[in-house]
Amino acid sequence: MKRLLIALAAVACMAGAAADPAERLPDPVQEARAREIFREVRCLVCQNESIDDSEASLAGDLRQVVRDQVKQGRSDKEIRAFLVERYGEFVLLKPPFSLGNALLWATPGIALILGGVLMMLLLRRRSASAVDGEDAQRLSQEEEARLQVLLKDE
Amino acid sequence: MITEFGAYALVLALILSALQLILSAVGGARRSALLAGAGRGAALGAFLCTALTFLALIHAFVMSDFSVANVAANSHTAKPMLYKVAGAWGSHEGSMLLWCLVLTGYGAAVASFGEALPPRLRAYAVATQGALGVLFLAYTVFASNPMARLYDVPVEGASLNPLLQDPALAFHPPFLYCGYVGFSVVFSFAMAALIEGRVDAAWARWVRPWTLAAWSFLTVGITLGAFWAYYELGWGGWWFWDPVENASFMPWLIGSALLHSAVVLEKRGALPGWTVFLGLAAFTFSMLGAFLVRSGVLTSVHAFAVDPTRGVLLLTIMGIAAGAGFAMFALRAPSLNSGGLFAPVSRESAIVLNNIILSTATAVVLVGTLFPLIREATDGEAVSVGAPFFNMTFVPLMVLAMAVLPAGPLLAWKRGDARLVVRRLWLALAVAVILGLVAFAVVSPRSALASAGLVVGFWLIGGAVLELAERVKAFRAPWAEVRRRATGLPRGAWGTTLAHAGLGVFVLGASFETTWRVEAAQALSVGGQLKLGAYELTLTDVGTAEGGNYIAERGIVTITKAGAPVCEAKPERRFYPTGKQTTSEVAICPKVLDDLYVVLGERRAGDNGQPAWLVRAFVNPWVRLIFLGPLIMAIGGLVSLSDRRLRFGVARKVEKAA
Repeated sequence: MKRLLIALAAVACMAGAAADPAERLPDPVQEARAREIFREVRCLVCQNESIDDSEASLAGDLRQVVRDQVKQGRSDKEIRAFLVERYGEFVLLKPPFSLGNALLWATPGIALILGGVLMMLLLRRRSASAVDGEDAQRLSQEEEARLQVLLKDE
Repeated sequence: MITEFGAYALVLALILSALQLILSAVGGARRSALLAGAGRGAALGAFLCTALTFLALIHAFVMSDFSVANVAANSHTAKPMLYKVAGAWGSHEGSMLLWCLVLTGYGAAVASFGEALPPRLRAYAVATQGALGVLFLAYTVFASNPMARLYDVPVEGASLNPLLQDPALAFHPPFLYCGYVGFSVVFSFAMAALIEGRVDAAWARWVRPWTLAAWSFLTVGITLGAFWAYYELGWGGWWFWDPVENASFMPWLIGSALLHSAVVLEKRGALPGWTVFLGLAAFTFSMLGAFLVRSGVLTSVHAFAVDPTRGVLLLTIMGIAAGAGFAMFALRAPSLNSGGLFAPVSRESAIVLNNIILSTATAVVLVGTLFPLIREATDGEAVSVGAPFFNMTFVPLMVLAMAVLPAGPLLAWKRGDARLVVRRLWLALAVAVILGLVAFAVVSPRSALASAGLVVGFWLIGGAVLELAERVKAFRAPWAEVRRRATGLPRGAWGTTLAHAGLGVFVLGASFETTWRVEAAQALSVGGQLKLGAYELTLTDVGTAEGGNYIAERGIVTITKAGAPVCEAKPERRFYPTGKQTTSEVAICPKVLDDLYVVLGERRAGDNGQPAWLVRAFVNPWVRLIFLGPLIMAIGGLVSLSDRRLRFGVARKVEKAA
């Protein structure tokens, strides 16, 4: 369920695709690098689509920009910085590590640590109560009989 | 006339839901069987009335009654019958009605099939379901009425978006909603248990079948959506981490966690608070999804007309329902006492770990989905969070979960023996690693990451198979004994094996397809050739074709491999005159596991003055597994559901014996 309008917008102003031979760089190594970068760059007029997927004409322009820079021998980092300067952080599908994005990038770590701490607490409480709960765990005769009934049910 | 009747039935459904709430709640509080019974009757009535409205809406669509605003906006006389019917749930109003239909349907199911439940728990669950019914039916009646008439009746309708005119998508929403809204029952049971202040093993046993049903439906629904994206959008991708996809994925993740923690509660009496919390959270995420999809707060494009005012209403409904749920939880959770002690190495611990990882994954998807809003609200900066972010965070979490998954079912409850598990699983690990190394050596280009993905996939499948072999004592006991054990094995065990193996199958497909997809593109004139891996593609002809409500340019692409014919692909570019929209119809030549995927681009001027078309083609290796895996998982869910131990009567016997 997605991107219906994009598809329509794309149809309205078609500009070929990332793999279009007319757009490709002659050097296959450079071309492969450019394609890698495409996947992390947002097609600005599209909803949530990389310029690698998009057929919109603006995506084609952006691909041209990236390919030119790759051809000039600039590094991935430089190209990304260039794009951000020109279009803002919005252009990157993977937000950079920065203070503003700290929440985003810290979420997995925080959630995992929180979960780990909770589990430790759970296990510690358990082992503490296990010591004085040893007797409670032994079944009485009546309980034993009930257990047999239950097991038969299974 | 039928439309008015439908509109009337909808209002009646709202009133009956209110009665369901009041009668059941009072019946539960006063322990009155009469009132509770009346409440159940109201639940059945609410469902029947909503069903009548739904039928009336379908009738209006089938008859192309454009005096109904919803039909005029979403249908057309020339539309094929299947899509006229499916159009009934293709719009904002219609989909909310479907939501209400499923909601009241589940309510009626609890009312009719819950005889074995303790009367008070059942009454409170039916009451909560009624309260949810009141909220969503009121929204449908007052803010999103699908039966509203137009004064100025158009001669022809505006038609449904052609991208949605597709069989997979026609059936996608019903499955999705049966899943989404199925969690409402879990929510209601959680509320009922909290009101009673008792969450125990028996409760978990009652809740599990509903969770399993909802989860299985949701699995199928999400898979259908991914499959639709795969063959309809023409990008060759199947999952884009789009906000709307994420909205359906979060309840699934929480539902998966809940399925597991409910087992712990049922077998060992541990984790009652956490399980109830997940029960409340699953439906809260369903409601969040309904809000995100319809409010337009996120930049995702969706078939539903986006409407901020209604978005606020949906947010309010979600706030009321979830707020009440979690307030109740905060009130009662401290008094829930947890039984069942367990050691750090035990099946309980493994499932707790599973829950931690799945919850973390949900948090990642949630924050990733909402982060653009958060940044916008805090410092006004527009940012994008797309597939590269999720691939970098979500995937490692899942790998972690899957690395420990096969050990879980082999560990004993309470106190497991890690060495024993290692002794039982080394074979699966060895086979998986060897197969991964083989892939690394043989498949080109070499990719360590994808090979590692294959190791994980084979590890999951091998682990599931070994666990089953262990249970039936395969290779260690005489054949008769193995057979006796296999037939005596509870269905739940088969379900677990299927679901875990299905996940492995999915991982195999996803790793293989993502890395080793072959892509080629070329502007071809008629007679032109394109090389795609080992295949040769020839554009033999381009003609026109006519469908019911579209005209198409249809290419005929002959595919050969080393001169031998493989298949003939007929990709199309369809033009729908009603909406002046063009869509591309991908042609897929299915092999056993792989797909040859051909897309016809737009016409352009070729080299020699002849017209040419940009033909793009992919070999998507093992792509079948991506859709087969989740299907196996869903089947696993249904097999578990058929386990006799999950039937209500058994739970009652347990209750009596206790």
